[in-house]
Amino acid sequence: MTTTETTPGTRSTRPQISPPSLLRASTTIVWRNLVHIRRMPEMLLDVTVQSVMFVLLFAYVFGGAITAPGADYKEFLLPGIMVQTMVFSSAIVAMGLTSDLQKGFVDRFKSLPVPRSAVLVGRSISSLIHSSIGVAVMAVTGLLIGWRVRNGVVDGVLAFALLLLFGFALIWLGIWVGSLMRTVEAVQGFMFTVMFPLTFVANTFVPTESMPAWLRTISEWNPVSAITQACRELWGNGPAAGADAAWPLQHPVLVSIGWSLLLTAVFAPLAVSAFRRRSRD
Amino acid sequence: MSASSAVEAIDLVKHFGDNRAVDGVSFVVPTGSVLGLLGPNGAGKTTLVRMLTTLSVPTSGTGRVAGFDIREQPNDVRRSMGLTGQAATVDELLTGRENIRLIGGLYGLSRSYVREASEHLLDRFDLTAAADRMAKTYSGGMRRRLDLAVSLLATPPILFLDEPTTGLDPQSRSGLWEVLRELVGEGTTLVLTTQYLEEADHLADEIVVVDKGRVIAAGTPTQLKDRAGQASVVVTLTSAADLDQAAELMRSHSSEVHVERGSRRLTAQAGGLGDMTRIAAVFERSGIELDDLGLARPSLDDVFLHLTGHRADPSSASDQTTEGVAQ
Repeated sequence: MTTTETTPGTRSTRPQISPPSLLRASTTIVWRNLVHIRRMPEMLLDVTVQSVMFVLLFAYVFGGAITAPGADYKEFLLPGIMVQTMVFSSAIVAMGLTSDLQKGFVDRFKSLPVPRSAVLVGRSISSLIHSSIGVAVMAVTGLLIGWRVRNGVVDGVLAFALLLLFGFALIWLGIWVGSLMRTVEAVQGFMFTVMFPLTFVANTFVPTESMPAWLRTISEWNPVSAITQACRELWGNGPAAGADAAWPLQHPVLVSIGWSLLLTAVFAPLAVSAFRRRSRD
Repeated sequence: MSASSAVEAIDLVKHFGDNRAVDGVSFVVPTGSVLGLLGPNGAGKTTLVRMLTTLSVPTSGTGRVAGFDIREQPNDVRRSMGLTGQAATVDELLTGRENIRLIGGLYGLSRSYVREASEHLLDRFDLTAAADRMAKTYSGGMRRRLDLAVSLLATPPILFLDEPTTGLDPQSRSGLWEVLRELVGEGTTLVLTTQYLEEADHLADEIVVVDKGRVIAAGTPTQLKDRAGQASVVVTLTSAADLDQAAELMRSHSSEVHVERGSRRLTAQAGGLGDMTRIAAVFERSGIELDDLGLARPSLDDVFLHLTGHRADPSSASDQTTEGVAQ
């Protein structure tokens, strides 16, 4: 074989293939997913226009009919809607993963000398970025209609960190569902069927006090309620839970962390094994 | 194993539940040669390639790629080969150039190498003008070429191509064949699956015929054709009136003569070129006018029919009514 040839991409100049680190592989995938968003900005509609519409709908259409004891309804509403956005991020992960599996991108990826977990890590990071854009859009909308972070920077940042942690936990649910289902349409149908009750049977949009006792109990034990309550307290958007509220709402910050860890502990192994099984055949 | 084999399948088996997709397949591909895996849809070709490229774990058996065991050393295998899938797996929302960059990042190649190599590859595959357009605007042929360019980024010594030309128009197909022959010229080992007999005939040094998850025949294209039966001399007369006389003449040289009146054609079994020249001489003397006279070897399609009782090429499925004539 000739050795004088030095054109890259020809046999004689086989490059050094050093297996990429998980970091390089994951950032490459994140880059690719972000290019997707740039090329199809309508992918962001779910966390931007849709969320703003939700904010405006609840703040001005339903809000007048809902009283949140000890709080301005608009302030009461914002943390709830942000949590809802984070919950929806698991649907975003699931749909993205299923589409990659369906279109053969995961196959292409698996034929390369890359740590296979990079697909999942890259997917998780880009969907957290995706939802964070949504949270940012809502924070700006909130600021415009009177929502404020009132308890200082530390508590303010802590609340955002809790949101991200919860989003991270739910991403595993998304990966699990995404690995089990065959089409994006199926994922969409399934995820929204799960997410609507999860985000509405909670304190996200209305105080739980007005619910029938059994429903109130379910709502207050719903992880979504704990995160929402934690954000409200940390941002100073509402009073602490009443003495008759369920135990999780009495300790919302700790319970939020606990729920996030528990959900991760349950769904991460399920997700990884479902993804592995899906990628064996 | 010998150092000169690039790919080996060793009793590979893959079951999906009750479906024995691949049921004990072995073959060896010498370095620098082209193996064609030929078989109809659902024969198990894709599953074979998926196992050899570590995408799918065998139920039993194993394989070697560049000397690395596909079960024990999957990462070494992945470093040694490129794969171009059945449905081209280019990312539609990325441009051609970005697709190459994506795979470069996943291979862990240096950015400067990827930049240089992508210019070269885009140029080679005639994609430079479209390099900054999203791949979803590409034609089928362009997608395949991009997919191939991406597979070649790390210049793998072994390339797997799963039905590389399925769905391409004839012009794109022959363009791709051209590129594949160039790669072979540079020393790349190719393993390609196809359901087109013509393609296997054209490109492959060795053909492994697969049906229902098993190897039913293997050999060079010529060997396989020889197995399907003898060559035959085909004579087309100018006038139908001479048919009976011509058939009589040919019977004196061949035990079996087939007459097709509509097309004024006579087919006689022949051992080879010698028989053909003898028959030509007979007609020369007889004064019967001929439109055409030639030696016909069985096509790979005949081979497949002979081996399996059904045709491989989906486009010739409608020919099944003519089986009686072909035999």
